[in-house]
Amino acid sequence: MSIQHNSMRVSQKTDTLIIWLYAILVTIGICCIFMVEYKPGMNVMQNILGGTTNFSKQTLFAGVCVIVATFIMLSDSKLFTAFANLFYAFGIVLMLATFVLGKNINGSKSWIPLGGGFNLQPAELCKIFVSLALAKYLSRQETDFSKLKSQIIGAAIAMVPAILSIAQQETGLALVYSAFFIVMYREGLPSTILITGISVIILVVATLLLEPNTLAIILTLIAAIIIFILRRQIKRQKNILTIIVTLWLVCVSIQRFAVPYFFDNVLKCYQSTRVYSMVGKDYDCTKNKHASNNTSKAVRKPDDYNVRQSKIAIGSGGVIGKGYLKGTQTRGKYVPEQSTDFIFTSIGEAFGFVGSFIFLLLYLLLLLRIIRLAERQRSTFSRVYAYSVVSILFFHITVNICMTIGLFPIIGIPLPLISYGGSSLLTFTILIFIMLRLDADRQMVLR
Amino acid sequence: MSTYNQSRSRVIQIIFLLVFATIIGQLINLQIFSSKYRIMADNNAIYRKVIYPDRGIIYDIKKRAILENTIMFDLMVIPSDTKGIDKVAFSNLLGIDTVEYRKRITTAIIKNTSVKASVFEALLTPEMYARLNENIYKFPGFMLQERSIRSYPYNTAAAILGYIGEVDTSFLRKYKDEGYEMGDYTGLNGLERTYEKVLMGQRGIKRFIRDNKGRLQGSFEKGLFDTVAIAGRNLYTSIDIEVQQLAEKLLQNKIGSAVAINPKTGSIIAMATSPSYNPNSLTGSTRRKNFGKLLLDTARPLLNRAIKGQYPPGSTFKPLGGLVALDENIITPNYGFPCGGAYYNCGKAVRCTHSGGGHASNLRNAIAYSCNSYFVQVFRMAVDNPLYANPQKGYLKWKEYMNNFGMGVKLGIDLPGEVKASIPDTNRYNKDFGGPRWNSCNILTLGIGQDRMTATPLQLSNLMCIIANKGYYYTPHLVDSLENETIDDTVYLSKYRTKHLVTHIADSIYSIIQDGMEDVTIFGTAGRLKVPGHKYCAKTGTAQNPHGNDHAVFTAFAPKENPRIAVAVVVENSGYGGTWAGPVATLLMEKYLNDTLTVESEKRVETFSKIDLIPKEIKRWYHRKDSIRVAKEKEKEKEMEQREDITPDSTTNIKNTFDPEAEPNRKENDKNNNPSTLDQPPLLLHNTEKKKKKDSIKP
Repeated sequence: MSIQHNSMRVSQKTDTLIIWLYAILVTIGICCIFMVEYKPGMNVMQNILGGTTNFSKQTLFAGVCVIVATFIMLSDSKLFTAFANLFYAFGIVLMLATFVLGKNINGSKSWIPLGGGFNLQPAELCKIFVSLALAKYLSRQETDFSKLKSQIIGAAIAMVPAILSIAQQETGLALVYSAFFIVMYREGLPSTILITGISVIILVVATLLLEPNTLAIILTLIAAIIIFILRRQIKRQKNILTIIVTLWLVCVSIQRFAVPYFFDNVLKCYQSTRVYSMVGKDYDCTKNKHASNNTSKAVRKPDDYNVRQSKIAIGSGGVIGKGYLKGTQTRGKYVPEQSTDFIFTSIGEAFGFVGSFIFLLLYLLLLLRIIRLAERQRSTFSRVYAYSVVSILFFHITVNICMTIGLFPIIGIPLPLISYGGSSLLTFTILIFIMLRLDADRQMVLR
Repeated sequence: MSTYNQSRSRVIQIIFLLVFATIIGQLINLQIFSSKYRIMADNNAIYRKVIYPDRGIIYDIKKRAILENTIMFDLMVIPSDTKGIDKVAFSNLLGIDTVEYRKRITTAIIKNTSVKASVFEALLTPEMYARLNENIYKFPGFMLQERSIRSYPYNTAAAILGYIGEVDTSFLRKYKDEGYEMGDYTGLNGLERTYEKVLMGQRGIKRFIRDNKGRLQGSFEKGLFDTVAIAGRNLYTSIDIEVQQLAEKLLQNKIGSAVAINPKTGSIIAMATSPSYNPNSLTGSTRRKNFGKLLLDTARPLLNRAIKGQYPPGSTFKPLGGLVALDENIITPNYGFPCGGAYYNCGKAVRCTHSGGGHASNLRNAIAYSCNSYFVQVFRMAVDNPLYANPQKGYLKWKEYMNNFGMGVKLGIDLPGEVKASIPDTNRYNKDFGGPRWNSCNILTLGIGQDRMTATPLQLSNLMCIIANKGYYYTPHLVDSLENETIDDTVYLSKYRTKHLVTHIADSIYSIIQDGMEDVTIFGTAGRLKVPGHKYCAKTGTAQNPHGNDHAVFTAFAPKENPRIAVAVVVENSGYGGTWAGPVATLLMEKYLNDTLTVESEKRVETFSKIDLIPKEIKRWYHRKDSIRVAKEKEKEKEMEQREDITPDSTTNIKNTFDPEAEPNRKENDKNNNPSTLDQPPLLLHNTEKKKKKDSIKP
């Protein structure tokens, strides 16, 4: 009786727009995977029933997701606040377990074999757990996020799985955790961090694009101009000059030493090559520390085949595209990993600019709707969680699409709800539906 | 607290919008303003396949195909699909061993990757095709592919029909606007070359979608942009293949040429050159080998002597000398010359075969008895014609006549490579004599078809046409009509349908010349040669030349009234024209006019074709070449024997090098020295390794 009552209430207060958007996006995803795998004369029915092809598997996953989503909607929202820390601990344990039980797939040791051909990637699931844990921590009454200590703890909650991911050679997944800075920014992280972050990114990109000496001269000029403008204030307060000179020193040293060191010693050869190829440059792998370790591997050529093919596929779509199932690049399998990471290319080719634009609008609508939904929460827990969801989604979408259109180096992260892959689809489903479940109880104050 | 940072929600939303705007900006850049990606995509994915139409068929005058197409089959293989077939059974079927099998598969993979079809064995023999066709279903990855090749059902007329071959880079440069591509075939000689555009038809283009490994995935846009191949058009020639075969048979074991033309139309009935070759040897898989052999042969079988052989016409020129004088009104048919066995008027005597009084009493007799003195005199009169200021001018006029007769100029036959032979220019003689100081006496032997005068057999037979037609000719040609002729084809055929009027001599006077030539066949130098049932006219020639024995020359036409065939025959270095060239001409005429040969003539054909008139020098060359070959073979045998002697007791003598390409069949009895698996070519090993790696990349 209580369950029935509960479910009735839930169904009334659930945000139907998000469910619709979710359903539309998952359907688009299945259609895109079908498009990638389509061959003329293929027996579609047999393929769906046989479950051998990716699109039929994805349909199956979508079915599983419906069941999981239903369970989440029928559950009690207090469950998530209650178990948030436990889930987080469980996630960290799982990630640590990967080092012992891990299976090497694609050169990254981040998968736990479950048997029956299924593998679990704990780093993927940890996104949910971190979202819950962060929400839990920030919604604590005693947490004052304007204090540095709380900020550090908040950052640590997000960064622990990221560091573990890097240790598992999954740089892409690790990067996703930086999305939590958006959440923390919303909750009061000083905006100087945001500005600093953006400045560093600009500096790194400039370092890649410009000659070291040119950039050094430009930086010096900027410093000189600032000093010139602020000469009156400097006369009054000497330490402004010190700050400017220090900043200038930091910038030059980043540009001169930190960035080359990062590319040569921290990143692997192929990663550096990808970043350099994005700005249209060749990276000399002989400088790379990792490359010299295993000399048996031949020095790689500039590895821009993926991006080139991806841009060709999207660019050849033109304004209105070639039509569904008519993309020559998709049918010819020119774009590698097209059903997973490069799924956007099939949309770009088949439906052109108009289709891509509408598709992006759907995503934007989803994101803005979630922000709206977040802001209407009474409880901090629900709001922080919703922001986590929107940040993760935003990060995935941006990085994935920018990567396919050549604005970002290639990082293997999927396009949410579209890319082929059971664990990815399931993760996003759980993320979104927990949020919807919390939203259904938005009048309650959850802690 | 939630209200505290509410403004930051706006900031986040603005960031989201900015990022999406950037993405859309880049999409506009890629999809709307960069046209290069569409082109790159088409280059990637659209495969343009040229569909070759069947080349046109060439027919003879009785609509028998003398050059047609046959289908042969290539055995193709897609190496990646052949996994798990019974290699031993398949190799046995083909008659190769498994080592050879692996070698070929490896070659195919290297050449064309393992997912695309490559030729495993080209141009299968019919038996092999039959055997494979029955069993091929057992061997996935293998298939038979049709290929159209040219075939010459009569094994004859090689020089006329020509051959096709693959275009090379210089050809592509020369004809770059005509749409040829590497790997195309084109006519390289003979009619195949001249009528290339008619025979080749129109190539069709099919567009396919191909995948990242070059495999075809079906047609592009359901064939919307495809064009259909249009088969080449057929050629209808005037060749009578039976006469042609006869001509070639008669010229066997001789070096020379025979040309027969229908004077009424200029259509060539037969054009033989000897030595020749079987045109079928230049199609199919042995083309390269045979072509090299023919190219190096000292007797030059690839040379079409009918249009490229330059021979002094000798006495066969005499009627023409008469015609010039008649047209210039220098002589009348009644003009006579008192020849006493030689011509003395220019100091040094020019001998004449006859000395009897009155054998040159008029033009008819002079032709019948082939009087040298008479025609030397007539030639001198033409050159020294008082109408022209000096002998040089007179000579130029005479040369103009010659050119009008088709001598010293290209006639324009529809075969490539015709030469113009030589009627020398005054410059030539100015050089010889140190300026224009020469006169008719210096060059008098031109009057009897010697000196620097040469002509091709085609030109000689064309002369016969002029005499037979009493003053005109049609340019000799092989092709009478094209299939579905259109107005555009006038390029090819209009020049063969215009009449060339050369002299302005009354028919009655022509009859006198014809009578003289008929006398040749009754009591003259060709008195013993008859064409059963027909009166014919002929002129023999025994042409002196610097290369050895005299060339035998014989020109004739028949029947005398209403002539239907004009023939010129040259047999090099054989002797008398009446003896060695005459029988060829008369038998050809008999065959053409009567459609059969009498029993007696058949016998003569057999005996004549067996007579060997090849000069000693050439025979010696053949002998030398053969002996070199024999010697080489003997050497090889010896080597083999020696090797067999050595191998049993030289097991300790281990070779350190092993070349699987060179010795694919060698058994590895020196395993301890070569520990690597030798029977597995290293490249194949590497390839499978790579493949495995690739497979393991994606979970």
